[in-house]
Amino acid sequence: MAFAATNYVERVNVGRVERWLSMAAGGALAAYALKRREKPGGAAAIAGAALLYRGATGHCDLYQVLGINRSDARRNGGYGTGVIADRGSDTRAQLGGGRGIHVEESVTINRPLSELYRFWRNFENLPKFMNHLDSVAVREEGISHWVAKGPAGMQVEWDARIINEVENKVIGWQSLEGSMISTAGSVNFDEDLHGTRVSVHLQYNPPGGKLGAAVAKLFGEEPNQTIREELRRFKQLMEAGEIPTTTGQPSGRR
Amino acid sequence: MKAVCWEGREKINVETVPDPTLLNPRDAIVRVTSTAICGSDLHLYDGFIPTMQAGDILGHEFMGVVEEVGRGLTDLQKGDRVIVPFPIACGRCFFCTHDLYSCCDNSNPNAWMAEKFYGYSAAGLFGYSHMLGGYAGGQAEYVRVPFADVGPFKIPEHLTDEQVLFLTDIFPTGFMAAENCNIQHGDTVAVWGCGPVGQFAIRSAFLLGAGRVIAIDTVPERVMMANQGGAETLDSMDPDVFFKLRYMTGGIGPDSCIDAVGMEAHGPHLDYVYDKIKTMTMLATDRVSALRKAIHSCRKGGTVSVPGVYGGLLDKLPFGAAMNKGLTIKTGQTHVHKYLPRLLRYIESRAIDPSFVVTHRVSLEEAPRMYRTFRDKKEGCIKVVMKPH
Repeated sequence: MAFAATNYVERVNVGRVERWLSMAAGGALAAYALKRREKPGGAAAIAGAALLYRGATGHCDLYQVLGINRSDARRNGGYGTGVIADRGSDTRAQLGGGRGIHVEESVTINRPLSELYRFWRNFENLPKFMNHLDSVAVREEGISHWVAKGPAGMQVEWDARIINEVENKVIGWQSLEGSMISTAGSVNFDEDLHGTRVSVHLQYNPPGGKLGAAVAKLFGEEPNQTIREELRRFKQLMEAGEIPTTTGQPSGRR
Repeated sequence: MKAVCWEGREKINVETVPDPTLLNPRDAIVRVTSTAICGSDLHLYDGFIPTMQAGDILGHEFMGVVEEVGRGLTDLQKGDRVIVPFPIACGRCFFCTHDLYSCCDNSNPNAWMAEKFYGYSAAGLFGYSHMLGGYAGGQAEYVRVPFADVGPFKIPEHLTDEQVLFLTDIFPTGFMAAENCNIQHGDTVAVWGCGPVGQFAIRSAFLLGAGRVIAIDTVPERVMMANQGGAETLDSMDPDVFFKLRYMTGGIGPDSCIDAVGMEAHGPHLDYVYDKIKTMTMLATDRVSALRKAIHSCRKGGTVSVPGVYGGLLDKLPFGAAMNKGLTIKTGQTHVHKYLPRLLRYIESRAIDPSFVVTHRVSLEEAPRMYRTFRDKKEGCIKVVMKPH
């Protein structure tokens, strides 16, 4: 497999086990924070969010400042800078564990892998089949602005950056520090006997309060079903060129 | 326009509704010249199919003239005379590209509903419940046809509507039922049900080389029509059908058995009463006596082919018999598209004239009365064709 170093946008400097621990600890802190609403709770929430972020992305700002890199890629001889590049650091694994809305779904599409990859890689295409998104605007290479529809007309917005990209294989993204919400996602593309298998892993960590409720409901009552429907629309769009509908057809309903 | 609408169990109205419009690039609008009531429409009429809504436009057997085409279509043009297959197929998914059109992955906007019932969703169908797409049907003056570059099949002018209308469903359905039997030259095929699909299954079995077809029904005019198609016949209300089949086949049993009855079977045995009570009390969804007999009567190593429609959970199905006799069971909604060129050739070469099955020709307004007449098998009714224009 050939890797082009320019494809890797973000660095991983936290080891695999440590990242799982970060996720777990972050989740526990966040849960604690949600229960307690006074100040110590707020501090715990911030710490929890930071740990969740660290676990999900494998990137630690403190480690970066201190010049520490404990990533598996590094330890395994890696790829020089410790970027996500080896098969072992597949984004699906990076997103393992954690709290919040956490969804895995896959779909098989009877189209060439490269075509599907290209379409998805232009994030501005995503709202064409992801009904929970209003828009995605690419700001600069690797950074995009996402606007999602919350309940009761509430908009949820965040900036995301690509944290992992292997052409025709995987795209991983993660909300920027300081965003309204902490979210990460990845999509993997694999050749399959029946076409191209597209596997999506999405995670949203709702913050506390009103906004948290809005984020928690981004994907409705059944997040897996919602994502499944979005992937189905992706498949319909790519295979059939249109999304089937009956909206607007006649009926005898009064 | 006028359209035949389902309003509830045993309640059909002809309503004035808005004309259909193009909704997607691959849509076409067809002006309906002929449309038929299908035996499977009676399952809707009797309230056996879940996820119907009052006001749904019925009808999945229809043909006509293309009135308008979406911008995504190139070959199909206004004025083309077409028949339209009852399953809606995108033509591009894994299933369509493997000739499994009725299993299309992309044509059911309500796939999630079917997935709850069936695990995976098959194709959307015209006028056949929301679980199966929620598409407005063709018992109307006009109909919107999605994926019109795949479904509508052009018909030569010299053939009449009645000769080709049944390419939409019952002819290919009967044909696929016979094809699924993997008939070897000279085989004996038993067919339960001499409704329209049974009639086409009988004739298709002969087209595919069967030596003998034994048809089982109790309605005199249907039995007579089966005779005319070359079948020997047995009375389905005769409790000795199994023994008679065994005797007629020299103690072996039919090589293959076709259940062209489906979920609303009637029968002479106690199991029919049992099914009737269970379905009436919502403890089962389908009545199974025809399928039970087909499995029981089939010879060892034979094939049971099921074009009859089933919807849900079947009780007291003798699967032990199927397993121990090494039966092959084949079924499915019909992959209509796959069969059209071949069946049109049969019609053009006069190997078959499908119009033999028509007993009633009426206007659209008479739909409510004809549903009842067809369901009750009154007035010698076997097949109803309606002319909306």
